[in-house]
Amino acid sequence: MHFGPHLLLAALEGLVTSAVLALTALGLSLVFGVMRVVNVAHGEFFMLGAVLAWAITAAIGGHPALGFLAALVIAPLIVGAIALVAERLVLRRLNYNPEATIVATIGMLYIIQQLALSFYGPEARPVEPPFSYRILLPWFGYSGYKLSIIAASALLLIATWLVLTRTRIGLIMRATQYDSETAQAFGIPVGRVYGGVFALGAMLAAIAAVLIVPISQAHYLMGQDPLLLSFIVVIIGGLGSLRGTVVAAVLIGLSDGIISMFFSPTLAKIIATLLVAMVLVFRPQGLFGTTSR
Amino acid sequence: MSEASPAKAYALHLGVIALLFVLSFVLPDYYHGLLARIMVLAVFAMGYNMLFGYVGLLSLGHAMFFGAGLYGAGLAVIQLGWSVPLAFLGGIACGAVLALVIGLLALRTTGVAFMIVTMMFAQVFYLLILYFATWTGGDQGQVVPQPARVLNFGTTSLDLTNPTVRYMSALALFSLVLLVTLAIVRSRYGRVLVAIRENEERTKMLGYDTFSNKLIAVVVSGTICAASGAAYALLFGYVGSSFASVQYSILPLLWVLLGGAATTLGPLIGTVFMYYVIDVTSGYTSAYLLIVGVALILLVLFFPKGILGTARQRWLGWLP
Repeated sequence: MHFGPHLLLAALEGLVTSAVLALTALGLSLVFGVMRVVNVAHGEFFMLGAVLAWAITAAIGGHPALGFLAALVIAPLIVGAIALVAERLVLRRLNYNPEATIVATIGMLYIIQQLALSFYGPEARPVEPPFSYRILLPWFGYSGYKLSIIAASALLLIATWLVLTRTRIGLIMRATQYDSETAQAFGIPVGRVYGGVFALGAMLAAIAAVLIVPISQAHYLMGQDPLLLSFIVVIIGGLGSLRGTVVAAVLIGLSDGIISMFFSPTLAKIIATLLVAMVLVFRPQGLFGTTSR
Repeated sequence: MSEASPAKAYALHLGVIALLFVLSFVLPDYYHGLLARIMVLAVFAMGYNMLFGYVGLLSLGHAMFFGAGLYGAGLAVIQLGWSVPLAFLGGIACGAVLALVIGLLALRTTGVAFMIVTMMFAQVFYLLILYFATWTGGDQGQVVPQPARVLNFGTTSLDLTNPTVRYMSALALFSLVLLVTLAIVRSRYGRVLVAIRENEERTKMLGYDTFSNKLIAVVVSGTICAASGAAYALLFGYVGSSFASVQYSILPLLWVLLGGAATTLGPLIGTVFMYYVIDVTSGYTSAYLLIVGVALILLVLFFPKGILGTARQRWLGWLP
């Protein structure tokens, strides 16, 4: 293959990564933006989504699309419920103190990871894609499913944006983000908003995982990379900014895809992580973000 | 931290050291080896406590300082054929330099950003170890060969693989660091650090240069952690990337939280206690990360001051 098609392939792979990353990072960003909580267990909610997707498709059987669709609905709901319980039992009692919540979510990370290892096992297991149509480009065939991931992610992102900007729920969330005390004074049930946002953040990660699991595999350690990449995206995009998150996800996903195709993936990660640390040090509001309150 | 009775505090610390010395002769083999390891790791926790407990800076990347000491000393022996004392100092120097650089960068941030930045630098350090696997051995790690782990003083030689020598070396390092930490936190400088933790703006207003004070604390903390890592490589003869992973940034946090942040003996108690819990429960389950996770959550929920922190608050106000 020549350089051009190679680059196109790398860009397509990068876009798929971006699509999944944008959803995962959006969850992290919402939780940080509204609740000021850095959720270190976010990657584990992602992993739970993938593992549950495997369990659900295995339990249902039949045509792969049937199991996949069931997983796409049920897995995020279960993950959201788990997140809600964790928020009620732990984070709320800590009064959302930033340092205490980081330590507590690190604890959740270990608990979820270990439980997944105990009950699901150390194997990586595949989930069959709902359809296996190949789109033939002049140079190579490309999986239609991968392209549909990009479309699904874009739809979900637009839906989230509409909810945030056009509905009453979104208004309540933005009010809480802007000033939780004043929001409370105006009768907004801030505690319930926090619970809902934490569950929603976890669900977005779970949806992203269900989408990606047919092309990667479900494994109990798969939450580590998305966590780090989501941090990177959220920081570069500016904490709590939806548009910045999406732009940064595309940027990081594309560059990750292209650098890993031509250089070593480890080197790509080293460069990305180092760059982002430097962004945080020298431009803490992110490359696109405005100064947060 | 009360003014009273420095003699009492020093007596307590010397008593702890004496107790550890006596334990060397009474403990059965298995616990003898375990305690040597725990003392080295408690040094790591003390280094972490220096920054987290006294300055109030929560770092999620201290594994890189431990790793710098570990690889600095280990690779100096394996690749360069340095002698043990030289390699030990080399490891410490690596940690100190790394801490200085990281401190200069990371201290520009505060709060949550500081945690994330330190975590990311540590991740870069970890990935670099994997990337340069030809020298570092990657995730397989490398064994420091036994003949290289012998200290020569003229005609006499000390074999660090001998259990008693190993225990005593660990105890010597532990005692030194314990007494140095005690001296630091009781000094004027230690009080400035606590003042920064309690109210940085006010400390600044009183005329203290908080940035350079914090920077010194990062370097001291990183150096102590590197000493622990270097000792670990030389005493236990293994360097591996897992010691630089995120998990080894979390463990000292856990040990310090458990024992009591900002107490000099807390790191030791936390490390001993955590190892004891894992040792007991390993009979029932192999899921030791589950215990780490549950312990972290229970600690922040119900016991945020840790064992010695609570003891100091309730009964022993004089505890340093």
